[in-house]
Amino acid sequence: MTTKVTLTVNGQERSAEVEPRTLLVELLRDQLGLTGTHVGCDTTQCGCCVIHVNDKAVKSCTMLAVQAQGSNILTIEGLAAPDGTLHPMQEAFREHHGLQCGFCTPGMVMMGVDIARRLPGADEKTVREQLEGNLCRCTGYQGIVEAILSVANPGAVKEHHHA
Amino acid sequence: MGQFGIGQPLRRKEDPRLLQGRGQYTDDMNVEGQFWGAFLRSPHAHADILSVDLEAARAAPGVKAVYTSADLDADGVPDMPCEVELADLAGAPMWKPMRPILARNRVRFVGECVALVVAQTQAQAREAAELIEINWSPRPSVADAQEALKPGAPLLWPELGQNVPVHWQNKPSTEADAAMAGAAWRVDVNIVNNRLVPAPMEPKAALASWDEQEGKLTLWAPTQGGRKIQANLAKRYLRIAQDKMRVISLDVGGGFGMRGQTYPEYVALVWAAKQIGGAVKWRADRTETFFSDYHGRDQVNEAQMGLDEYGRIVALKIHTLVNLGAYMAENGPRMPIEGGGRIIPCCYHVPHFYFSVKPVFTNTVSTDTYRGAGRPEANFLMERLMDAAAEATGLTRDEVRRRNFITEFPYKTPMGYVIDSGDFARGMDDAMRMAEWDTFEERRAEAYSRGYLRGIGVAAFIEAAGGRAPTEDMRVRAELDGSVTIFSGSHSHGQGHDTVFSQLVNEFLGVEPASVRLVQGDTDVTPRGSIGTFGSRSSMMGGAGIKMSCEKLVAKGVKVAAHLMQSEPDAVTFSQGVFRAGASEMSFTQVAQAAWDATRIPEGMTPGLDEGHNFQREAENFPNGCHVCEVEIDPETGIAEIVRYVAVDDCGAVLNPLIVHGQVYGGVAQGLGQAMIENALYDAEGQFVSATYMDYGMPRAHRMPFIEVGFNTVACRTNPLGVKGAGEAGACGAPPAFIGALVDALRDYGVTHMDMPATPEKIWRAIYGAQFDTQESDGIYAEVT
Amino acid sequence: MHNFDYHAPKTLDSALALLRDKEDGKIIAGGMTLLPTLKQRLAAPSDLIDLAALSEMKGVRRDGNGIVIGAMTTHAEVAANGDVQSLIPALSHLAGVIGDPAVRHRGTIGGSVANADPAADYPAAVVGLNATIVTNKRKIAADDFFVSLFETALERDEIITSVRFPIPERAGYEKFRHPASGYAVVGVMVAKFGDKVRVGVTGAAGSAFRASDFEAALEKNFSSEVLLGIAVSPDDLLSDIHCTNEYRAHLVNVMARRAIAAA
Repeated sequence: MTTKVTLTVNGQERSAEVEPRTLLVELLRDQLGLTGTHVGCDTTQCGCCVIHVNDKAVKSCTMLAVQAQGSNILTIEGLAAPDGTLHPMQEAFREHHGLQCGFCTPGMVMMGVDIARRLPGADEKTVREQLEGNLCRCTGYQGIVEAILSVANPGAVKEHHHA
Repeated sequence: MGQFGIGQPLRRKEDPRLLQGRGQYTDDMNVEGQFWGAFLRSPHAHADILSVDLEAARAAPGVKAVYTSADLDADGVPDMPCEVELADLAGAPMWKPMRPILARNRVRFVGECVALVVAQTQAQAREAAELIEINWSPRPSVADAQEALKPGAPLLWPELGQNVPVHWQNKPSTEADAAMAGAAWRVDVNIVNNRLVPAPMEPKAALASWDEQEGKLTLWAPTQGGRKIQANLAKRYLRIAQDKMRVISLDVGGGFGMRGQTYPEYVALVWAAKQIGGAVKWRADRTETFFSDYHGRDQVNEAQMGLDEYGRIVALKIHTLVNLGAYMAENGPRMPIEGGGRIIPCCYHVPHFYFSVKPVFTNTVSTDTYRGAGRPEANFLMERLMDAAAEATGLTRDEVRRRNFITEFPYKTPMGYVIDSGDFARGMDDAMRMAEWDTFEERRAEAYSRGYLRGIGVAAFIEAAGGRAPTEDMRVRAELDGSVTIFSGSHSHGQGHDTVFSQLVNEFLGVEPASVRLVQGDTDVTPRGSIGTFGSRSSMMGGAGIKMSCEKLVAKGVKVAAHLMQSEPDAVTFSQGVFRAGASEMSFTQVAQAAWDATRIPEGMTPGLDEGHNFQREAENFPNGCHVCEVEIDPETGIAEIVRYVAVDDCGAVLNPLIVHGQVYGGVAQGLGQAMIENALYDAEGQFVSATYMDYGMPRAHRMPFIEVGFNTVACRTNPLGVKGAGEAGACGAPPAFIGALVDALRDYGVTHMDMPATPEKIWRAIYGAQFDTQESDGIYAEVT
Repeated sequence: MHNFDYHAPKTLDSALALLRDKEDGKIIAGGMTLLPTLKQRLAAPSDLIDLAALSEMKGVRRDGNGIVIGAMTTHAEVAANGDVQSLIPALSHLAGVIGDPAVRHRGTIGGSVANADPAADYPAAVVGLNATIVTNKRKIAADDFFVSLFETALERDEIITSVRFPIPERAGYEKFRHPASGYAVVGVMVAKFGDKVRVGVTGAAGSAFRASDFEAALEKNFSSEVLLGIAVSPDDLLSDIHCTNEYRAHLVNVMARRAIAAA
């Protein structure tokens, strides 16, 4: 009772046989081996599973794999340049210490890219509000907010105390 | 310090990997042909199991096996013990129950493991678990520690005859009573310190695999260093040689103290893997993680403090209840007595101190170590007392603290611990200056003119870092290719060891961080004496272990260098990565590479620079700090917004300020979470009603402030690096700073204390309490604008 | 999650045929509530009928003195739509504060309205703005649509195709977020149409309702001060571990006044 799903993942066409109930994140993690996208809750609250579907940030735990038929998917594994150069948002997370344990990080980075694209010039308050659906337990969000601001609105980053 | 050495804000080495989705968390691991496990958990807070029917579950599609306590008992798998030993003043030992891996005859909290189903897929395992038929006979339950003390309360352990397994006291209260009687001022506080869920972002998962050929079990699980879990699983539960059990925790999505324990699920899964001769994977969802991970805090504290006419403390009496949950977790009753006890009464000199602790059984998840583990509770209590003392004496909040700060070091606490160093007054001065405390009243007035209530709070705190175990095992090896490998007993689950330990190697050996590799989290390759990371210990224990290992490498390197440079060891010096003898010099790397060549080293020497060190600490270290929080309350909604937050910390010598600040930010967020929103809540039926992120309020970005940080560095005198821990400080400082600010904002409403979490509704009720109680709601609105 | 059969019909007729045919079938739009419900095994439909392919049910258009929003239009699309922003900015604001950005990229107005979650935002807009729910069968007035907790006037074989909002003179929406989930504890849409005023409240009760005392007072004097003395009875309001019914009753008044200020 499986269906074949074909979609573009990080620029490559991929196919898999899935059950109707297979979640998109399960397809990515369990069948396509893309374990960079994480699952942190069951209630669409935490955002560890955020990826881009047709250039929009989406929680891949709240979408069926069959619903992604024909979609263009970008996961954390596909964000850096093919030569390994980090995406500016990834670089910003590193520069501003926007991650500790790294578990929420893929979803945070993918959401950060989405925020910076939709809301160039966003202020700190806006960035914080836009992170409503992404939980982090390690960083107090400070480095995450700074990292996203540094891409979306570099002038809004508060004076850096780390030198 | 060099470009990459101690004190530099080096960006993290682990980040490029984690930022590209190349972490290796437990759920990323799979073994070919693995089965899936699912636990049937108790839906009841307290119930007898009259009968269990496994037939339908066993017959369900894909099911390989269904296990209950009967199977574990038949194989002689023992129950789980608590490791704490306590006694009352008469010397009678604490009564301790054992926890069955899978419930036997009775369940005592919602979520307790009852059965394990092993099936081909996760869905099959879960569906089969639902087919297990249990005939339950519910019993009355109690979730609240104070309720559990009342006569007639349901008993968790009828054989004990009460719910309190020991009444621990530091000494009789006689002296404190006498001193209290002579006090000029007496202040009382009663505090409920709310129950928290650690909630690391990575849900619990495990993969247990039996290798028939090797006769060996492997467990992948999110631990904080698996050596102790390995020893427990092998020796206690499976009765196999320790080396035949391997525990792997490569990347771990947050620890916070509750991932060092041997959880019953791990025991059941490794045992099941051995039974079926294969691999069993288990992936908990978030709610299951909430039921499985031990909880934190959940204390009730009643305290009385006496002060003399100058506002100096003369006596302090504390009565603490700690909610243990249904069973005693590994460290359960240790939280107030050793966790908080290491620092209590915190930053202050208290001549007469009485401390009473009653652990209490209830029908809830067990409590154990969670970020701070007893120290946040102790600091919160002391800081609420100090604010009350300021109120009573008329002294300012900083002045009453200043008059009581410990100022001479080393200082022996009433509990017998020795604080080596600190400058608490300077930390407070710095924090208040950064927060512009002096001009606060102007801001309060300005906010009031807009219809908002402003308050400011100050909290001094002290921490104890280093963990209970006094040793850690580290090994440093210079490789043939010029790189250096650290085999670490300490374990990073977010703390950035790869970066900081590389900085230490750079400092001591001159090798660039990029050429340093960290090996951790695999009991097959980490040092045998490894302990792991908890209690903010890695900088001191792991760091010192690296320093000592590096010193051994250099000592041996000197001999090799002397041999190669045709000099005498006494004539060889080593600094900044270079061995020198007269005009000759060789880099550490050159010497290290040569050292592997038996023909180039002194006769009789073992090739290679490869040294380990089991570091034994002299004492714990005592990080401390002062945090200032400023809040603005919207009186109509009760929402308190943090408008300013300053954290000045004494973390001793700072190895990497970027990472230390990161620890402070995270600790503060968890502390503010506790103060503002987090609450693990049980209802009257013992149901855990906040077991999802829909109900358990996690700190989110828009509720968290931008945190301004500063250091008040006083190097620790009792460890080689001069470091003090950083991980748990924020969680100690934030709750009293926030509640202090809130109470300050609400002082015109007669508010002297507010229990955590101070939710918007609680704040709103504090403001409109009088009108509200009359149920005449018209009046509520009249005063608002 | 229990298994089910999945259908992605290309036309509304075939979606309706499936709905009639599959007794335990369920419509899935954005899935933002349905999928978490299924994951927690709280529901077990035999079939899911996905409306994603029905492109005629997507998009926003002007329609006389109103705006018609296709049922499958996402919250993000509504929030970003130029017509909505200029003609009913309160509706744009409301759509922009639902859930979080990722949820807004998937969740749809039709799904939200049909689900009738008491803590959803859109019901306040439907009631407050006097929207018309357009289905394959009929047009349902806002006041007739929400029946009770998760229950609407929709019949079993009825699918929302669009929601039509009349353009108010002024309107404002204010929301008090649930401390844990971010859902609306109370959300109030206040809208002025000539001498008529409507106040739609979500979050506070089992289903969205009109605060008629507020409406009467505001029709005499459209200012927030007029609401100061008007209490809301907590009797039929929801209580949960974070917010009691009394607090909700209070917040209805506060949010209503702030909505007026924002209008």
